[in-house]
Formats: sequence, structure tokens, C-alpha cells
Amino acid sequence: MTEISLFPIVFYLLAAVTVVSALGVAFSNNIFYSAIALMGALLGTAGLYVMLAADFLAVVQIFVYVGGILVLTLFAINLTSRIGDVSISNRSIGRLPSLLMLGLVGTVMVRAVLGGGWNLVDVPEAEPTIATIGNGFLTDYILPFELASLVLLAALVGAVVLSRKELKEERG
Amino acid sequence: MMEIGLSHFLVVSTIVFLAGMFCVLTRRNAIGILMGVELILNSANLNYLAFARYSSVGYDGQMFAIFVIMLAAAEAAIGLAIVLGIYQTFHTIDVEATDTLRL
Repeated sequence: MTEISLFPIVFYLLAAVTVVSALGVAFSNNIFYSAIALMGALLGTAGLYVMLAADFLAVVQIFVYVGGILVLTLFAINLTSRIGDVSISNRSIGRLPSLLMLGLVGTVMVRAVLGGGWNLVDVPEAEPTIATIGNGFLTDYILPFELASLVLLAALVGAVVLSRKELKEERG
Repeated sequence: MMEIGLSHFLVVSTIVFLAGMFCVLTRRNAIGILMGVELILNSANLNYLAFARYSSVGYDGQMFAIFVIMLAAAEAAIGLAIVLGIYQTFHTIDVEATDTLRL
């Protein structure tokens, strides 16, 4: 058994990138650095998706999160210019109470993770998931799929309405 | 080296969740809070995919994860539009300054 598997190495690498970036998002004092760290966390998660044989999800993650949401966030950071002030990004309830609360929640979660008792199966060979997901969208998940388009339309109109109002106020 | 299993992914997602929750709890910056929410949604997605891979639920987890990503996109668009609206009105995005509705 001298064969060195690449899987654990890549996993620990991606996990380290994800965890370090997530902690960077949480603890950075500069909101801009937080956003950059968020990119690392999202990319690391996309890599973990690939390791979980979810190739389509990984691509969607990169397109939607890194290409869409993150760019939107950076725009918002740049448009709200005073966001760089340290006084704005300081703590609301303080680190100690929130760490206490995190400790409570974390204890429960770690107990749940270590508790186990899941109905595990042997991991099947990784294969492309796009066909399965496409079939699912048009059969089992047709109702959520159509509702999703309505939600996206509502979000589109809502975002336009919210931004229009500001323009009018500025002019008048 | 130990074989990578379900619990490894669950541990990673737990840490990401806790980081996101810390972000939501401690930031007064509205955009920072939204970024914490993104982290939390990401950790939930990681759990969905891990269970879809390692347990006997089939591909349902992947479908759920897609819908979560879709809703996260809508949430980010609306949330950031609201943040920009708050900035126009209050000239700050400190969530503690937006207390007009408070008595």
C-alpha cells in the first residue's frame, strides 16, 4: 500500500483555503479584505463541490457566486464610500458574547457531527451530473423550478424598483 | 493517511457556518452581515452535497443546493439594493443608525 492517494491531499488543501478564507471574512477589520477573503471561501467551496462529484454545482457556484454575487458586493462596497471608516465596521454586540454564543451552537453542531448514525452507502463512481439534474428539473422538481423563475423575476423587478426610487429622490 | 469521509466535509462546513454566524453577529456594517449570510448558505450547500454523495438520498441534495444558490442570488441582489437605499437615505450603512421605525 505505497500508493499515495491524491484525494486527501487535495481535500486538505481546499479545506484549508476555505476555512482560512471564511475566518478571514469573519475577523478582517477592513470590509474590502473581507470581500476578497469571501472570494477565496467561495472558490474553495467550489473545489470541495468537485470533490463531492457535483461538477455542475461547482460551475454554478463559480458563475453565480464569484461572477455575480461577489462582483455585486464589491460594487456595493465601492458605492458606499464611507464604508471604509473603521468606526462603521466595529462590533455591535462585542466579541465575547458572540464567541460565547458560537461556543454553544458549535458544541451542539460538533456533537451532531460526531454522533453519526447516518445511513451511509458505498461511494459510487463519480459521473457527470448534468443529465440527471436536467431531468430532475423537468420531472420531479418542475414546480420549484417554475417557482424559481417567478422568484428571480420578482427579485429583478424589486431590485430595479428599489434603485429607481433613489434616483428620483436625488433629482427632486 | 485517513480516508476522507462524510465527517470531514461536515467539519469544514461547521467551521464555515460558525465563521458566517460570527460575521452576522458582530458586524454593524450591513454589507458585512450579507457576506456572513452568504457564508452560512455556502456551508448549508456543502452539507447538502456531502450527504448527497455519502448517504443514500440520491441526487436530491444537489437539486436543493441549486435552489439554495438561486435564492442566494436573489437575496444578494435585493439585499444590496436595500443597502444602497439605506445609504442614500441615512448616508451610512451602520445597521444601528437605521432606527427610524424604533420607538
